[in-house]
Amino acid sequence: MKYKSVFDIIGPVMIGPSSSHTAGAARIGRVARDLFGREPKWAAISFYGSFAKTYKGHGTDVAIVGGLLDFDTFDDRIKDSLKIAKQRKMKIKFNEEDAITDHPNTVRIAMGDEKDEMELAGISIGGGKIEIIELNGFVLRLSGHHPAILVVHNDRSGVIANVSNVLARHQINIGQMDVSRKEKGKLALMTIEVDQNLEQAVLDEISALPNIVQVSRIAD
Amino acid sequence: MFRNVAELVELAESKNVKISQIMIEQEMEVTGKTREEILGKMEINLDVMEKAVKRGLKGVKSHSGLTGGDAVLLQEYIRKGNYLSGEMLLDAVSKAVATNEVNAAMGTICATPTAGSAGVVPGTLFAVERKLNPTRDQKLEFLFTAGAFGFVLANNASISGAAGGCQAEVGSAAGMAAAAIVEMAGGTPSQSAEAMAITLKNMLGLVCDPVAGLVEVPCVKRNAMGAANAMVAADMALAGITSRIPCDEVIGAMFKIGQSMPSALRETAQGGLAATPTGRELEAKIYGLPLTKK
Repeated sequence: MKYKSVFDIIGPVMIGPSSSHTAGAARIGRVARDLFGREPKWAAISFYGSFAKTYKGHGTDVAIVGGLLDFDTFDDRIKDSLKIAKQRKMKIKFNEEDAITDHPNTVRIAMGDEKDEMELAGISIGGGKIEIIELNGFVLRLSGHHPAILVVHNDRSGVIANVSNVLARHQINIGQMDVSRKEKGKLALMTIEVDQNLEQAVLDEISALPNIVQVSRIAD
Repeated sequence: MFRNVAELVELAESKNVKISQIMIEQEMEVTGKTREEILGKMEINLDVMEKAVKRGLKGVKSHSGLTGGDAVLLQEYIRKGNYLSGEMLLDAVSKAVATNEVNAAMGTICATPTAGSAGVVPGTLFAVERKLNPTRDQKLEFLFTAGAFGFVLANNASISGAAGGCQAEVGSAAGMAAAAIVEMAGGTPSQSAEAMAITLKNMLGLVCDPVAGLVEVPCVKRNAMGAANAMVAADMALAGITSRIPCDEVIGAMFKIGQSMPSALRETAQGGLAATPTGRELEAKIYGLPLTKK
């Protein structure tokens, strides 16, 4: 079942006008920022389907940028996010795409700064609920409703066991786990949804394990 | 965990508790939070709904200028006393409109189940409360019951206009509201389910065709009629009228209808009212585009 909580239905509290095209968009932007780990210096935002056709009317553009600026769905500053982004010297570009996607409310965000770049795709499935479906070319399923860790690693035996051992030592329960790879023996991605927010020390410990390329987290 | 309306009703009736109670218990189980935490979270939502209605009844105007002020007009009309349908019905309609006018003006609202359909549940709640005099806790129960039925809809059909058309948004909201009104008025869980079935049957096939892609025209007035539909269906169910097609099958039909709806009628502003000459004209005016561009 996609919707698990009554507050997926009665909620979120948000700035209008659309839960999928405004609140959901803000959430996708915010998860993107979380995954990137800091405020990006630039972002190229591509809209598909209903997003591409109606983003201006729904404020999807200001909402995504609001999310990138770390604003929650009810933050009044969302309305002025383009101005605020400019003040913070964040470069934003919007694209309207014609390609047909599986879900009508799909957005792709490429973002980065002088140190790093990241690309993700997210969908807004209704009532403000979102899923992140792709990160740096990896397919993934992430509800954004639980804290999660994303571990990019080399596709070798024992890596998953090592990571889950670290979590077990810290008594962190895994709610859901997903592993995907682009090619056998190359880069792979572990997506782990957990029950509580994680301390930086746990992430550092995972980062120090062999064959780990990058570790990022999403807070609740 | 209940997966459909039949299971929800069966759970409530076998335990002899209200639907809202089942929803609260499930939320406790799923999230591990206490009853107080969950009620507290819902109270924040209720506060937001009250503030939004209040703001809308003072009069708001959207940025595009397409919507705003109708809630006030209707309240003035009610005060004159010459209405034909009924005071409580029109009060619900006015308060549903108030909420959606605030939403269109990018004000703060609580999505129920979505922002575009956020008027129906609070509109009906704040209208029936004048006759039923619920306690604060009973108002929260209203929202949990609405949430329980919405939960089934969201998981078995859709609550997204882009995926299932307006029937998935205002249709869902109206069905949820009808079920919650029945519970607050003292009806049984079965009667709540009948009220939702009757409401949804009259919302099936409703398309999502917002002019200029804005959640304004026809969304605000769809909320008005969603509220009216919910009120009448609740009264019908309380009178003992039942739906020949069971509620879960109506939800199944809604899902299939949504799937077969063309993309032009699912929140793309490509068809329906959005594609009428006036709809196109308004769109061109709002975005400052030449009419020929589309």
